[in-house]
Parts: sequence; structure tokens; C-alpha cells
Amino acid sequence: MNNAQDNPFRSEKALKRLRRRRNADMRFQGYGIVALGFALFALVFLISAIAWKASGASTYHVIRVDLELSPQTILPEGDASPEEITRNIEGFYSLVRNDLLTRFPEANETVQSKRAFSSLIDRMAVLPLAREVADEPHLIGQTTSVDVPLSDDVDMFLKGAAPRAIFLRVGEASSPMRNAEEGDFKIEVDRLNKVSAKIAAIGQHGAEPTVLLVADKSVGRIKSMEDGDVILEILTGRQDQFDGASVKAVIIPSPEDQRSVSDQQIAWALALKAEGVIKRVPHFSLLTHTDSTYPELAGALAALVGSLLTMLVTAAVSIPMGIFAAIFLEEFAPKNRLTQIIEVNINNLAAVPSIVFGLLGATLLLGTFGLPRSAPLVGGLVLALLILPVVIIAARAALRAVPPSIRSGALAVGASRMQAVFHHVLPLALPGMLTGAILGMARALGETAPLLLIGMVAFVAEVPSSTTDEATALPVLIYSWASNAERAWEPMTAAVIVILLAILVLMNLAVVLLRRKFERRW
Amino acid sequence: MDTTYDPALAGEGADDGQPLLYPRIDCRDVSVFYSGKQAVFDVSLPVFDRSVTALIGPSGCGKSTFLRCLNRMNDTIDGAKVTGEIFMDGENINSSHIDPVLLRSRVGMVFQKPNPFPKSIYDNIAYGPRIHGLVDDRQELDAIVEKSLRRAGLWEEVKDRLGQPGTSLSGGQQQRLCIARAIAVRPEVILMDEPCSSLDPIATARIEELIDELRKRYCIVIVTHSMQQAARVSQRTAFFHLGHLVEMGDTDQIFTSPRERRTEDYITGRFG
Repeated sequence: MNNAQDNPFRSEKALKRLRRRRNADMRFQGYGIVALGFALFALVFLISAIAWKASGASTYHVIRVDLELSPQTILPEGDASPEEITRNIEGFYSLVRNDLLTRFPEANETVQSKRAFSSLIDRMAVLPLAREVADEPHLIGQTTSVDVPLSDDVDMFLKGAAPRAIFLRVGEASSPMRNAEEGDFKIEVDRLNKVSAKIAAIGQHGAEPTVLLVADKSVGRIKSMEDGDVILEILTGRQDQFDGASVKAVIIPSPEDQRSVSDQQIAWALALKAEGVIKRVPHFSLLTHTDSTYPELAGALAALVGSLLTMLVTAAVSIPMGIFAAIFLEEFAPKNRLTQIIEVNINNLAAVPSIVFGLLGATLLLGTFGLPRSAPLVGGLVLALLILPVVIIAARAALRAVPPSIRSGALAVGASRMQAVFHHVLPLALPGMLTGAILGMARALGETAPLLLIGMVAFVAEVPSSTTDEATALPVLIYSWASNAERAWEPMTAAVIVILLAILVLMNLAVVLLRRKFERRW
Repeated sequence: MDTTYDPALAGEGADDGQPLLYPRIDCRDVSVFYSGKQAVFDVSLPVFDRSVTALIGPSGCGKSTFLRCLNRMNDTIDGAKVTGEIFMDGENINSSHIDPVLLRSRVGMVFQKPNPFPKSIYDNIAYGPRIHGLVDDRQELDAIVEKSLRRAGLWEEVKDRLGQPGTSLSGGQQQRLCIARAIAVRPEVILMDEPCSSLDPIATARIEELIDELRKRYCIVIVTHSMQQAARVSQRTAFFHLGHLVEMGDTDQIFTSPRERRTEDYITGRFG
């Protein structure tokens, strides 16, 4: 009786089988956790990479100066009409530039240096200022504080993105001694000799790195260096500012001819920054400006509004159409071969690549019906077609989830079929239907390909005001900014991706709330 | 009791509340097909007013299907086809000019599983009268709701919480709510499809009491799996087997001296 072999709880075979089963169980759970962990890691990595990139675009550098808006410069012809004011960009530009030029006599010396100095600010950067003045003409003749965005190349340098620079505090400088050559002088810097080996190692491909020394508002470039003795060439400012000043070294590994900003421009920018003229401010214009060829001026407003208008059209078409189609198919249509074919095709339609819908929109809506190109109306219709199958499938699933006993109950008290559906089934299915619709909308919001084909990829400088205006959409903007060459577009693109993701998260949040609020049990 | 069918008595009413046995519904050669497969074979059956008729038989014998013919609920099932004639007040309810919606307001139905609407108790009852336009104002509606709940024996339990969802009631209460809902549209016939099969014995006893009470005013047809229940609540019993009506008659007679062998085997528990 006490034999272990006879006891079903202790027999070797049973225990072995049990162990095997338990191991299989654990293995399966392990796979699940690994898969989940990988997905989670990928998600976190993706989001943080984008957020990190985008954080570079959350602030930018502007030149903040007090300007007297003298009528002679901004209104050379004396005409104060808004059109005339906004057209005279050159006037505003020279106003800003001349104000800055007074600080840097060396920039005025040659045509080249003047041109180099001018490229610190793009000409179009004063356009918002001109528009503001055009809106408020009483500002003319007054002194006002203006913000003008810095050229993207300089902005990128100051943010430390490109070209890369290393900032080092190198201690106090000795009194400068005049050197043989004009403009050069020799100083001793405390700790420079300790880092000189490091500096030499930084140089790219054997080239010597550029090393600038900054003391207060003066910047000099190191011509040669020996045991902490350096021969310095003044780029801007005065050599006597180095006398006993605490010196900062700016080491730029890449050679000057391979960068978009010259040493001289960097020197000016550093001096302006030291003076407090260049400020780093939140980049609100990303949300308030429309597209531009200059990254520092570009914003996503037009695309945001374009996306919104497109979504409006999509929602207005796809939600009622999808829900009613689902109600008809699920509740009223006879189950025969025809409805079966329709059903199969709806499911197939959901798997059609989105670009095909773009082609359809291009030929049918633009070609046959002659609707305007690049318009949110067309984009919205195409996207509505694209998500219609998704909406229908979700709505049908929601209807099917309503227990048939509710329908029978309604029919048994003498409700007509339509009354049963609209009074009892629909209210129960609606949260599920709207969930599907919002998820469909989220998909439509992220679609790029069909919009490219109907011309919503156009450069749009005006905020669209109706569904037939020329417009673009957020994902298309991402696409076009991402294909720009300049480095400054990279964080901008990431920032727009963050905006798009934020909207998607909001939509999904709406789904969750909707479900929680209206979910009913029966 | 005279239980044979006498057409001369059809349609005559009496107000004394006593069971008066004349056929309220008269079924002749009713057959039901599901997608071509026959489920009910030529059933001819009179259903008497102010009495309870129980349909008994093993699972799948077609008794529920037959019940659903009486308010044309089979119309809602794809591929279902009903032949034969079912007369109610001299009209064949299977004919195409009878609107099933109108029919169902006169023939109420209670289902196997309580299926209150996910609305308030009040709205559950008020829904039928509202869609049929039985009331003109709120007071009348209140009166109907109260009367229906009273008849269903639920009023005392729910009168203080009419605004609460019907689904918050217990199973037995929900089933009585469904009965009240059926009563609210003033039907003449109430069909019950195994109304107690999902209830505990106490709730079942309450429903059975209620059925006994209701039969004074309505013609009731009940499908049940429990032969004890059929014996307790019904005056007439029809035994179905494999889609055929095997035997019908007074409940006493069916349970004490069945004419058919199959009936006897079934009620003595030899099969089913």
C-alpha cells in the first residue's frame, strides 16, 4: 500500500509528466515576457530618440535688440500702407543689421566681411517683424524691442549640434604682449598647456582644430601655441580685454572650409551672446509659423490646420457612412451571396495599400470630378475611403457584441426592427463604434502616401481657411522636411513628429475615456 | 371540463375571471423549416383562453420553435419558413397582410434568460406603451407602469427605485420585470419560453405563482423542461417529440393516463 509506485500522487511517471508540463508552462510565459520586454524596449527607445532629437528644436536663438523704427529706412517712399510695409523687407533688414554692425567695426571693413556678417541673419527673418509693423503702423518712429531669429547655421553651432565644438575653461590670461605681426599678440594662459595635447588629438583627419579664445566680448583665434604661450589673432573685440581675464577656449574639430559657419561668424556670434544680444528662447514659432525655406522661420501651423481640415472631412464622411453601412449589413441585409461578396470585399479593402487610394483619388476626384488639387476636401475624401472598411468592421463587431436577447426583447414587445436597432442596439454599440472610428481617424491622420498623390505635398505658406484651399498635412510636412539637406531640419522634423504623436495619444486617450464612460454591462 | 375544440365557442369572452376554455389561438398543420430542414411537422393545436398551456418534450423536439410561431418571432431568423395556418380572432396570423409588429403587441413573450433592457426599471416597462402610443401623458404612463409591476408582483420591491437600471435586479426580479414589460402593452396572449430555467427554486416558485395569477386574465403558453412545473402550473399540456405533436390534453389526463406510449415513457423518465 505504501509503495511509491502505487500512490498516484507520488508515482515517478506522474511526477515527471507534471514537471514537463510545468516547464512548458514556464517556457511559454518566458517567451511572452521576452516578447513584451522587447516591444516595450523598442517603444521606449523610439519615443526617447525622437523626443531627444525634438528637444533641440524646442528652443532657438534670436537676436533681441531695441530698434528705432525710423520711417526713412522702412518707408523709403513714404507710403504707410500695409502692403508697402511688408514688401519693404530690405528696409527692416538693414535696420537690424546696421544696429548690429555698430558693435563690430571690423565687419564694416570689406565687402566680404560685411556679407559674412549679414549672413548671421537670413533676410526673410524680418518678415514677421514687417508684418507686425504693418498690422500696427503706430509703431513706426518708435523704439521697440524686436526678436529676430538667428540663421539656422549659427543657431545650430550655438546649440552645440553642428559644427561640434568643445568649450573649456582654461584659466586666466597674462598681459598681452604685442607680437611682430599686425593684429597678433602673445599671451600666456594658465592651464592651456595642460590641455594642448588633448586639443591636438581632437583635430579631424590630422588637421589642426580651430581653437578660439573668448574673454568677455572679445574673441581671438590661436595661430600657434607653445607651452601655454599662444599667439592670438583678434577676430573681434579688443586685446586688452584679455588682460587678466578668465578665458574660455572653444575648440572646433572640423576645418573651417568644411563648415557652414566661418571662424569670424562664430566669433561674432559668441561676442553677441556674451553681450546678451543673442538669447535662447522657446521656439513657439514652430506652432505659429507656416512653412518656410529657412528652418529658423519654418513652422507647422499650416500643416496642422491642413490636417485638421482633412480630418474634419474624413470624419464627416467616414463615420456616418461606416456606421450606417455596418447597421444595414449587420441588422437588416439578408444573408445571401451578394451580401457575402460585399462582406468579403470590405475585409479585403481594409488590406489595400494606402497609395492605391491615392491613385483612385487622383484619377477619380481630381481627374473625373475636377476637384481642386492639394485641397483638404480631396485629401479628406480619399482618407475617408481608406478608413471606411476599418470603421465598418469595427462598427459591425460592436453591433455583434450586443446580445441578441436585447433585440428579441424589443421585438417581443412589438418594436419594429428599426426601433429595436435604434432604441436598444445602437446605444449599446455606439461606444464600440466610436472607438473604431477614432482609431480609424488616427490611422488617417498618419497617412502620407495617398496625400502625396493628390498633391497635398505642396509648399504651403498660407494657413488654409477652407477645405478647398491649398494645404498640406502633418505627416507630409514630416516627409518634406526630412528630405531637406540642412542639419537644422532634423530637430524640426522630430518636433513635428512629436506634435503628431501627441495628437495621436490624445485621440487614443479619448477612446479610453469614451469606453470607460459608456461601457455598459448586461 | 370539455376540452374538445368547438368553433362555435371561438371568440366569446367572459368577465368572471374563471378559466373559460375556448380556443384563443387555433393552429392548423403548422410546419417549420430551418434552411430547408424541417423542425416542426404538421402541428395542429388549439390554445385556450384564460388557461395555461404547457409544451413539454425532450430537448430539440421543436416546442420552442413552435412557440415562436405564435408571435412570428421565427420571421427574425434567417432561413426559417413557417407553413400552415394559425388563427387568432378569425385571422390567419401567418398571412402576409398581418403586420408582425402589431401581432407582437397582442402576443407578448418572455424569454428563457431574463433580458431587461439596459435602461431604468421604469423605462423597461414604459418602452412598449410609448412606441405603441398607448398613453397620452406622463400620468397615464405612470399608471401603466405601476399596474404592470403590480400584476407582475414586483411593485413592492422596486417602487422606490424605479430609476435604477433593470439589470441591477436579481435574476428572479429581472424575469418578473420582463413579464411586467410584456404585460404593459396589454397583450392577450403571453408566451413563455422556459421562463424559470435560469432561476433558483425560490424565484421559480414566485414566477409559478405569478403565472397562476396571470392566467385569470391572459392566455398563456409556456415551454418547460420540468414536468413538475407543467403539472403545477398548466391546465393543458402538449407533448412534443422529434418535431411532432404526440399528444395533447388536460394536464391531469396527460400525467395520469397518457394515451400514447411515448408520452408515458417521457413523463415517467424513461427517456429525454
